[in-house]
Amino acid sequence: MMKEMMQQPLPWYVAGAIIGLVVPVLLILGNKHFGVSANFRHACAACIPGKISFFKYDWKKETWNLFFAAGLLAGGVLTTWFLPNSGMDIAPDLVADLKPLGINDFGKLVPSEIFSWQSLFSLRGFLILVGGGFLVGFGSRYAGGCTSGHSIMGLSNLQWPSLVATTSFMLGGYFMTNFILPVILRL
Amino acid sequence: MKTISHPWWYNLKYLLVGLILGAVFVKGEIISWFRVQEMFRLQSFHMYGVIGTAVLVGITSVWLIKKFKIKTIHGEAISFQPKKFSKGQVIGGIVFGSGWAMTGACPGPLFVQIGTGAIVVGVVLLSAVSGTWVYGYFREKLPH
Repeated sequence: MMKEMMQQPLPWYVAGAIIGLVVPVLLILGNKHFGVSANFRHACAACIPGKISFFKYDWKKETWNLFFAAGLLAGGVLTTWFLPNSGMDIAPDLVADLKPLGINDFGKLVPSEIFSWQSLFSLRGFLILVGGGFLVGFGSRYAGGCTSGHSIMGLSNLQWPSLVATTSFMLGGYFMTNFILPVILRL
Repeated sequence: MKTISHPWWYNLKYLLVGLILGAVFVKGEIISWFRVQEMFRLQSFHMYGVIGTAVLVGITSVWLIKKFKIKTIHGEAISFQPKKFSKGQVIGGIVFGSGWAMTGACPGPLFVQIGTGAIVVGVVLLSAVSGTWVYGYFREKLPH
């Protein structure tokens, strides 16, 4: 009974509330501002700063965020090992939309038709994984933050530029999902 | 303002917070490629509910911290920096949103997806780091 309950997905209001609480927890633990994409910049500054002034700063002062990212990864490992969800209800409309696009694996968090090594070496998989990742890294830094830094932290602090960024995230997502991604998936 | 320097292992508390958040990302299906597709196709309320609740809790928390001038556990003042508008929030924002829709993961969930065993997402992560590097390289030439 208990085990069955623990394997149920968290309702949106519980998941959302805990994500929101990360904002005050990080502030109170050490005046840290929630923002994951900054880690990509720290990785550049630590490993390949070149002669680029944007990567010349004391990234070691931001080590806490790298620990935070390592925690995210560890959270994924532990949950998958000890407390996986028993299954997921995907909107029937989405299933109907994706099947003609060659997605038939609805059993995992990510479809194996895209998220596999075999797919990575196909044009379709390469565009989605490598291309998509590039856009995430380029766009988040250009926008000065990602979903956590702008949409959660920035909006929590009532910053209107973060509302502009969040609106742009959604616009880009709508356009990609409905107009470009279906074309890529047919490749 | 008082800032204190701490030994490295003080950072472990952030690892713990990340771990809890990562678990919630899995249990709440935030890292699901399908949930992100549903969101951008307006086929499910789930992600809107998650983000909306998170923002409401965040706004309330920040308001309380400011109102009661709450300090950190080490007694430091909590500070907030205003965000300045730049064209990057529009252009970069649209670029980022496109990438989010393709990979089904914004930066936080990228790390969690790898943890769940989707090792190939490591390539997405490396690509994201290189995207940030390319942004840094062309930064001066881009409109801001």
